[in-house]
Amino acid sequence: MTQTFLGMPAASPEEQPHTGGWRTNVEVPQDTLRWGHTFPEGAHKTLANTQMRRNLGHATRTIRNKRQLRVDEMPDWEDLREAAEAVKFEVASRLPELLEQFEANVTANGGIVHWARDAAEANRIVADIIKSKGVDDVVKVKSMATQETNLNEYLADEGITAHETDLAEMIVQLADDMPSHIVVPAIHRNRSEVRGIFLDRMGDAPEDLSDKPEELAGAARAHLRKKFLHAKVAVSGTNMGIAETGTVSIFESEGNGRMCLTLPDTLITLMGIEKLVPRYQDAEIFTQLLPRSATGERMNPYTSMWTGVTPGDGPQEFHLILMDNGRTKVLTDPIGRQALACIRCGSCMNICPVYQHTGGHAYGSVYPGPIGSILTPQLTQGLDDDDPVHTLPFASSLCGACAEVCPVKIDIPTILIHLRARSVDVKRRLVPDMWDVAMNVTAPVMSNGKAWLAATEGVKATRLIGKDGRIGALPFPASLWTRSRDLPIAPKESLRHWWKRTHPEGITPSRTATDAVDAAQPDVTEENR
Amino acid sequence: MDAKTAILARAREAISRSQQGRPVREVPRNYIRVGADAPGSEPVVADMVEKLEDYSATVVRAPKDAAILDAIDELLGDARSVVVPAGLPQEYKDAAARSGRTVHEDSRQEPIPTLELDRIEAVLTCSRVGISISGTICLDGEPDQGRRAISLVPDKHVVVLERETIMPTVPQAVDVLGQHPTRPTTWIAGGSATSDIELVRVNGVHGPRNLGVVIAH
Repeated sequence: MTQTFLGMPAASPEEQPHTGGWRTNVEVPQDTLRWGHTFPEGAHKTLANTQMRRNLGHATRTIRNKRQLRVDEMPDWEDLREAAEAVKFEVASRLPELLEQFEANVTANGGIVHWARDAAEANRIVADIIKSKGVDDVVKVKSMATQETNLNEYLADEGITAHETDLAEMIVQLADDMPSHIVVPAIHRNRSEVRGIFLDRMGDAPEDLSDKPEELAGAARAHLRKKFLHAKVAVSGTNMGIAETGTVSIFESEGNGRMCLTLPDTLITLMGIEKLVPRYQDAEIFTQLLPRSATGERMNPYTSMWTGVTPGDGPQEFHLILMDNGRTKVLTDPIGRQALACIRCGSCMNICPVYQHTGGHAYGSVYPGPIGSILTPQLTQGLDDDDPVHTLPFASSLCGACAEVCPVKIDIPTILIHLRARSVDVKRRLVPDMWDVAMNVTAPVMSNGKAWLAATEGVKATRLIGKDGRIGALPFPASLWTRSRDLPIAPKESLRHWWKRTHPEGITPSRTATDAVDAAQPDVTEENR
Repeated sequence: MDAKTAILARAREAISRSQQGRPVREVPRNYIRVGADAPGSEPVVADMVEKLEDYSATVVRAPKDAAILDAIDELLGDARSVVVPAGLPQEYKDAAARSGRTVHEDSRQEPIPTLELDRIEAVLTCSRVGISISGTICLDGEPDQGRRAISLVPDKHVVVLERETIMPTVPQAVDVLGQHPTRPTTWIAGGSATSDIELVRVNGVHGPRNLGVVIAH
């Protein structure tokens, strides 16, 4: 089929002014838990984006420091974590009865409860409710559950526009981008990029808009105000549901959540079935842990809790959708099921050295970072070698920082190793991969002193190809390493050569040399030298 | 099989495989539930003021009835119109009407339409409980606090916080709110804010950009 030129070329994103130099490097995938690339492939792309790495480095440093400050204020932080862990273990252990109790209480208070086995079913329920209200336009509170189901895309196909109202989520939506963090989805963007996105895509952005965060937030306020005041239907996720009372909650900062939760006539809330706590009292634990962990604040500016429908106040029709979408599969694993305790604070990704360098898009899932590395492969059950998500448990240096900051004490490193083992078990049935081959080839060389010396001589030749002290892409099979990392070029002299040159008396360490080491490091003993 | 039956069956099956005899233990509540200082005591109030000011709220401590009314007038400042919940004490309504302000009453029975609410500059409400450790003020929608929308749409929120309702810890406040858990509650810690652009905190996005607090003795 040929295309006939009609004289009015449609403006493609490439033809926009690109004010601020923003560009979107990812496509919105069909399956938001599985974007179709492996972690090394994703990291290869994101590592090349130096602007993103700068933005991310600055942002994660800022938030890490704030979190630490606010955690250090709390003498009972460890006790709160212990309690949270116990609550979430109880939820996993008693999930069916708690869900039924929760449903009964929501219903008793005038809410309508739906159940969804998977993302498709959840999306369909949401779309049907919106259509039954005769609208084609809804406002949305930022929600990981709806990210997971790719609800916005689904609704767009059904002719319904969902307006994201969280500032960061709106930035992502306007830029046809994907979120890269679960709390601050536009963390990979800096202020001049945000200004560019607003000028290019927002429509009613003032032309003299500066890149001051205050002005940008003001522009978003003006843009969304009309939508809030006229919206008939809102869609949200939830941070916590309380089984004992049927209460649902949203923790937020901007007030966009409150706008959506209180002004429209109908509210639709999509909730993962693991988001429960058993008792109202348990709110005292999570309202302390979540804001300090997520944004480094003592308390987030707004927390809303509602139970069913309150006559005369807020939406008079409340739909709650309880969604499985792989959660019961996670629950099957005695070790891996801990991942269901996650309260989506994002502190593990803020502290993760791998996330900080690769950014969220590398993980190929709306759940990036350490928690994403254990949650995504379990939700998708993608541990087979030909499934791109099987690489996620390997996207970690196992430094353990994520477990230390996790407010619900999820033992992420242990689960990573556990999932790696599962992945290797699957792989054993297949041919060994390039890593196994490479390690087998190098083993004889590395275990023989003379052969190793000869090999290191060869490495010096790398000085001929290195630029700026770094080596970029190498040909296969070395590309397995260099496609996502620069290789430092070899030094002029190997350690063995240096030792020979500076210790002419022989290769046995001299007494004077070891004395010098002892003086510098008094705790080095004869035994462990 | 309907979705509910299917999900609950899957969950039971999953737990039967993953629980492995591990008992559900009672939640250890060794965290601080009750603060060292009494609710509303001087150190607790001082802490509350400090935390609120850290959120850029304006705080006025008013020891006597007349001072409370003056503080309300002062914090409402140059707002020309004010919405109040119908159940607000009459003297507070009168204070809101000072300096030539127009006062609009709102209730669940006679709610002000949202678009009209958007034209009102300020709101004055009471509150249920405060939390000094985190500078949080909780509203529970009772007649002196009103519908959730009124404390949201106008740009300035002035809230009266009774001194003896300021709790030092979150658990003490949750105990109070838990007496009526199904009331719609809004926890407020400062004005509307965002940190979405380079993690720079910006006060004022969609909710009230100004929060004024009268701590009433």
